[in-house]
Amino acid sequence: MAGNKIRVLVAKPGLDGHDRGAKVISRALRDAGFEVIYTGLRRTPEEIVNAAIQEDVDVIGLSILSGAHNVLFPKIMKLLQEQGIDDIQVIAGGIIPENDVVDLKKIGIAEVFLPGSSTQDIIRWIQENAAAEKTKG
Amino acid sequence: MEKNDSSNDKLKKKLQQWKKESYQTSLDQSQNKNVPFTTVSGKMIKELYTPLDLENFQYSEELGFPGEYPFTRGIHPTMYHGRLWTMRQFSGFGTAEQTNRRYKYLLDHGTTGLSVAFHLPTLMGINSDHPLAEGEIGKCGVAIDSLADMEVLFDGIPLNKISTSMTINPPAAILWAMYIAVAEKQGVSSDLISGTIQNDMLKEYIAQKTFIFPPEPSMKLIVDTFEFGTNFVPRWNTISISGYHIREAGSTAVQELAFTLRDGIEYVDWALKRGLEIDEFAPRLSFFFNAHNDFFEEIAKFRVARRIWARTMKERFGAKNPRSWLLRFHTQTSGVSLMAQQPYNNVIRVALQALSAVLGGTQSLHTNSLDETYALPSEDAVTIALRTQQIIAHESGVTNCIDPLGGSYFVEKLTRNMEEEAMDYIRKIDDMGGMVKAIELGFPQKEISDSAYWYQKAVENKEKIIVGVNAFQKEHEPISLLEIDESVARHHLARLKEVRRTRNSSKVSQDLSDLKKAAQDEVNLMPYILKCVKSYATLGEIIETLKEVFGCYEEPIDF
Repeated sequence: MAGNKIRVLVAKPGLDGHDRGAKVISRALRDAGFEVIYTGLRRTPEEIVNAAIQEDVDVIGLSILSGAHNVLFPKIMKLLQEQGIDDIQVIAGGIIPENDVVDLKKIGIAEVFLPGSSTQDIIRWIQENAAAEKTKG
Repeated sequence: MEKNDSSNDKLKKKLQQWKKESYQTSLDQSQNKNVPFTTVSGKMIKELYTPLDLENFQYSEELGFPGEYPFTRGIHPTMYHGRLWTMRQFSGFGTAEQTNRRYKYLLDHGTTGLSVAFHLPTLMGINSDHPLAEGEIGKCGVAIDSLADMEVLFDGIPLNKISTSMTINPPAAILWAMYIAVAEKQGVSSDLISGTIQNDMLKEYIAQKTFIFPPEPSMKLIVDTFEFGTNFVPRWNTISISGYHIREAGSTAVQELAFTLRDGIEYVDWALKRGLEIDEFAPRLSFFFNAHNDFFEEIAKFRVARRIWARTMKERFGAKNPRSWLLRFHTQTSGVSLMAQQPYNNVIRVALQALSAVLGGTQSLHTNSLDETYALPSEDAVTIALRTQQIIAHESGVTNCIDPLGGSYFVEKLTRNMEEEAMDYIRKIDDMGGMVKAIELGFPQKEISDSAYWYQKAVENKEKIIVGVNAFQKEHEPISLLEIDESVARHHLARLKEVRRTRNSSKVSQDLSDLKKAAQDEVNLMPYILKCVKSYATLGEIIETLKEVFGCYEEPIDF
C-alpha cells in the first residue's frame, strides 16, 4: 500500500480472451486516479496472486466470461489465504450467473459486478471499500 | 440522376429554406433536446438527404447491376430470388454427443448449414486433460480433442449434403484435417465437401485474442491452407476474413470495415509472395461481418464492403477471374449489443440486426439467441432465433426485389462516406507497411480500445440509450438457462483416455516427428497434419509439436 493512490490489479483468469471489459475498466479506473496494473490474458491463479503481491495492490478485479469462475476463483482465494493475505479486496465481473454470486461471496469475493454495471459503480465501490481498508492498515 | 447546375441551385435554396423555416422552427417547439443525431459509431447523420447529397452519381460505376462489377447491389444476378441466404446457426456445447443432437435439431427445424463452436481449450490448442482446461470443458463450445470426438460430432450427418463452417483459428488446419478425415470415413472425398474455416489470425491479434503462434508462422500456415484448398478441397472457403470480432471488441462500423478489408489485402499479399496464383485462391476467400445496432449504417457497410473489395481485387491486384472480385460474406448479429436486463428485448434487437444483414445482401446469417448474455443458447431460445430469419425470409417481403434500398439518398450517401473513410484507414495501414506491421505498432488495437472507451462513456452519460439498462429499467423474471454440468467433463475425458489407450502410440510419435521436420523445412503442412489426425494424435500434441518450431506469441499489455 505504497503511496497515496489505491492500487488495483485487473486480471483475466482462465482461457477466456475477451478483454474489452477489462481494458475499459482499467482505463476508467486510471482516469479516476487509481494506479492500475492489467495482467493481460490467460493468467493462472498463481500468476495473478504473485502479481498482486509484487505490485502491492489494494484490490484485485477478476474479469471472466468462460464459466470457469467456480473453479478458478476458489483457487485464487485459497492462494491468497496460504500467503497470509487478508487485506486485498477481491472483486469480479463478466459473465457470471446471478445464482453463483452467493457462493462466490462465501469464499471471499467482496462484490460481483454483473453485466450492465457502470464503471462509476466500480469506482465508487473501490473508493468506499478499498480506502477504508487502507486506513485500517 | 444528373442535374444541371441551375436546378441544383434551386433545390439547394429550397432545402435551406425548408431547414430553417420548417424543420428548425418545428424542432425548437418540440420537446426533444437538440442532441446531434449520431449512429452507434458516433457518425453524425443529417436530418434529411436529397439528390444534392449524391453529386455526380453514376449508376453504372457506383452501383451497377446485381452480379456485375462493382457488385454494390449484390454478388449474384438473382440474389435471394435464386436462393435464400444460408441460415447457419453457430452452435456447440458440452460433449460431441450433445452438440450432434443440437445439430440434428437445427437441421430438422430449418437451418441450411452447420457452424461449429468449439470450447476454449480447443480454440487454444489445449487438450481437455491439460491443467489449464479445468473448469472450461464444454462451457463455451463443444469439446474436441481428437478425430474420435469429431466422428461423434458428425455422426449421422452426411457431409456430402451439408456445408459446415468452423470457428477456429490457430488450430484451423487441424480441425479442417479432422473434418476431411471424417468425410473420408463417410465415403465422401475432399473435393466434394463444402464449408469454411475461420482461419483468420490477423483479427486474433487485433481483437478475438485466441492466438498461439507469432504472426509470421501463422500467416505461413494460413497460406498452406489456401494452397491445399485450391488443389484438393475446391469447394471449401479456406478463410473467413472477419470483422465481427473487431466490432465486438469495440470498434466503429468504419473501423470494422477497414480493418477487415485491409486484413484481406494482407492475406492476398502473403499468398502472392508465396507464388500462388491469385485467380486460383481468391475465389475461396470469404468474409464475416457483424450486424450491429445502427440499421442504415450496417446496410451501407455491407454494400460498400462489396464495392471496395471488387475494386481492390481488380485494380490493386489485377485479378482477372470475376469470381476473384466477389466479396461473399456471413453475418452474425452483434453479441455485445444484447443485454442481460429484460432478456426478451434481445429478440427484437436480433430481428432488426438480422434485417439489416438481409437488406445488405448477406450470403449466410446467424441470429443470436435471447439468452446469450447469460449462457449458450437453450433449445427454445435458438428456435426463436431461427424463426426470426424464417419470418424475415417468408413474411416480411424484403426479398421481393434485390437491394431494395439502392438509390436511397441516405443509404447511397452513407455508402459513399464509409468508402472514403475506410479507404483512408487502408491507405494509412499501407503506409505503416501493412497489417502485420500495424499490429506490431499496436495501431488497430488502440483504435478499437479508444472506440470502446468512448462508447462506454457515451452510455454512462446517457448520450446513447440502451433500453432496460440506462433507461426503461424494470425487474424481470429469471429465465431458464442451458447448464453444462460436471458429467460433461467426465464423459468427454473418458473418451480422451480411451483414445490414448487404444491408438498406435508409436505411429503417433512418428507422425508428430514427421510434422515437426516438415515445419522446420517450411513445406506445406496440411498432408502431415492429416496423417497425425488420422492416427488419433490429439489436438494438444499437434499444437505442442508446432509450438516447438513456431514459438509462442506474447501480447504487449496495454489499455
